[in-house]
Amino acid sequence: MSDLPLVRLAGVSKGFVKGKDAITIFDKLDLAIPAGDFVAVMGPSGSGKSTLLNLLGGIDRPDTGEVQVAGSRIDALSEGELSAWRAAHIGFVFQFYNLMPMLTAAQNVELPLLLTRLGKADRRRHVETALTIVNLADRAKHYPREMSGGQQQRVAIARAIVSDPELLLCDEPTGDLDRTSADEILGMLKALNRDLGKTIVMVTHDPAAARYARRTLHLDKGHFEEKELAA
Amino acid sequence: MNDFLLIRKNLFRKKLRAILMIVSILVAFAIFGVLAAFERAFNAGEEVSEADRLVVVNKINFTQPLPIAYFNRVAAVEGVRQVTFANWFGGYYQDPKNFTVVMAVEPESYLKLISTEYAFTPEMTEAFVRNRTGALVGEQLAAKWGWKVGDRIPISSSIFSQKNGSTAWDVTIVGIFGKNKPQADTTLMLIQYAYFDETRSFGKDTIGWLVLKTASPALNDQVAKSIDGMFANSPYETATDTEKAFNKAFVAQLGNIALIVQLVVGAAFVTILMIVGNTMVMAIRERTREIAVLKTLGFSGGRVLRLVLGETLLLALIGGTAGLLLAWLATRAMSQSLGNFIPGLSLSPGIVAAAIGFMVLLGLATGLVPALNAFRLRIADGMGRG
Ligand SMILES: Nc1ncnc2c1ncn2[C@@H]1O[C@H](COP(=O)(O)OP(=O)(O)O)[C@@H](O)[C@H]1O
Ligand SMILES: [Mg+2]
Repeated sequence: MSDLPLVRLAGVSKGFVKGKDAITIFDKLDLAIPAGDFVAVMGPSGSGKSTLLNLLGGIDRPDTGEVQVAGSRIDALSEGELSAWRAAHIGFVFQFYNLMPMLTAAQNVELPLLLTRLGKADRRRHVETALTIVNLADRAKHYPREMSGGQQQRVAIARAIVSDPELLLCDEPTGDLDRTSADEILGMLKALNRDLGKTIVMVTHDPAAARYARRTLHLDKGHFEEKELAA
Repeated sequence: MNDFLLIRKNLFRKKLRAILMIVSILVAFAIFGVLAAFERAFNAGEEVSEADRLVVVNKINFTQPLPIAYFNRVAAVEGVRQVTFANWFGGYYQDPKNFTVVMAVEPESYLKLISTEYAFTPEMTEAFVRNRTGALVGEQLAAKWGWKVGDRIPISSSIFSQKNGSTAWDVTIVGIFGKNKPQADTTLMLIQYAYFDETRSFGKDTIGWLVLKTASPALNDQVAKSIDGMFANSPYETATDTEKAFNKAFVAQLGNIALIVQLVVGAAFVTILMIVGNTMVMAIRERTREIAVLKTLGFSGGRVLRLVLGETLLLALIGGTAGLLLAWLATRAMSQSLGNFIPGLSLSPGIVAAAIGFMVLLGLATGLVPALNAFRLRIADGMGRG
């Protein structure tokens, strides 16, 4: 784990207008996450966990403040630049897998590679590698509906890592899974962090899930409280 | 995998829905193809007609006769360079089903006047003039029945009969002529007016219409006025117009086909535009979350827009091509049974090109709204919250 911060928020404020009310989610929030870290983010529902991931992934913009991720000031990028930036630097894993139902596992994993210059053969190799990492090489030709939730989430992880991004953003990746499948997924994320050096920010409600991370941030009323775990 | 596969998989993810949309597009393009082929066939006469040729018909309607004496009187009108006349024979060969265009004409003047579209050799012209029961036959018609020069054949009329009661006239083929213009149709037969007029049981000394050439197209209006003025208030008043206008009137008699084509095709297209457009809007709305996911992965708004437009274009091309194929089969079958009445019934390259243009327009029009929705979709909104 290097000390160079991969993620740095400085004075980030963010709010939403809901009807007539303006609600503030973050008020001058600071945060640094070094490359190679695995952070669990916990907090009550509505505390802004997903909003935080959206800011880190260039899906949403802060009202004020700076968001620096993987060397870029992403709050200053245009929509088009953000698309390309996300494709190169970020892997997303969602609670509900979000695979394309009409594509096979391999095709789902290949999707992000359509945005690269890789040729057909190279793409196939990358897809094979990613599916092997998540232990699903034998399911390449299966459709999402033919797989369990845990397997679908593993395909989603393969899709998230296939273009080799530095940062994985996971929003309640085990929220829809049973304990066994959840442990499998969490073990996989832990291995990705430990063995491949992926930096991971994972939102979760589950304290057992949080224990897989190196540290946990508690988000409440727009501020973090940190609990470092013995790694 | 590539974008095309993605588009194809998206289109066919709900097979029944895709097939229903394809069938509705197919039907519209099949209608378009067949009607456009008919319209083109009916208007072919208009394309070949000459600007400097005028047609004189009975004012009541072109099926009414004119006295033959008008031939000489029109020839004397100032500005008229050549004039000839013809009489519709209402011909068929052996069976009334085998409708055949036969015209009784004054040989010398008629051949001279229509030699711009038809190729007559001096030998066949001479043989036709000399031989009272002679007939000149166009290449296509001769090929159809395997007729050769020298053949003696009976040609029947569904309108006229001979004084002896027979409805068939025996004629000898004295020449088979080709054409000078690609659009000209050679499924016709010319016989001598003199032979026809002397033997028919009624209508003697009348003709169907006069065709004339003026010294210059600029004189057309003036010549037409003086001819119609000359016969005004007589028992046989005339209406003189350009051949183009005459052919148009002929088409109008058959029903205003161009207008019908436009209305039917227009109605079919508006209907599928609404059905397919609406279905696609709903189909893309169902996929809101997937589009948000694609954008999360780094697909740009433009790329997503192209994927949706590609889908509606593919849909229109599949349905349209299938419909055109059906129209091609239908016109081929119809030209076999109707070829005599409506020569030139086929899907021309022009019709195919227009159809492809319509497919692209349809694809873009039905994809526009859903594609823009997808383009504008914000990821956070598309993913829902949770
Ligand atoms: N696009 C939005 N428009 C309006 N309000 C929003 C939007 N996104 C999130 N919010 C609100 O911001 C708050 C934080 O949302 P979120 O980050 O999804 O919370 P969490 O993931 O911690 O449950 C909630 O009150 C939510 O309703
Ligand atoms: Mg959330």
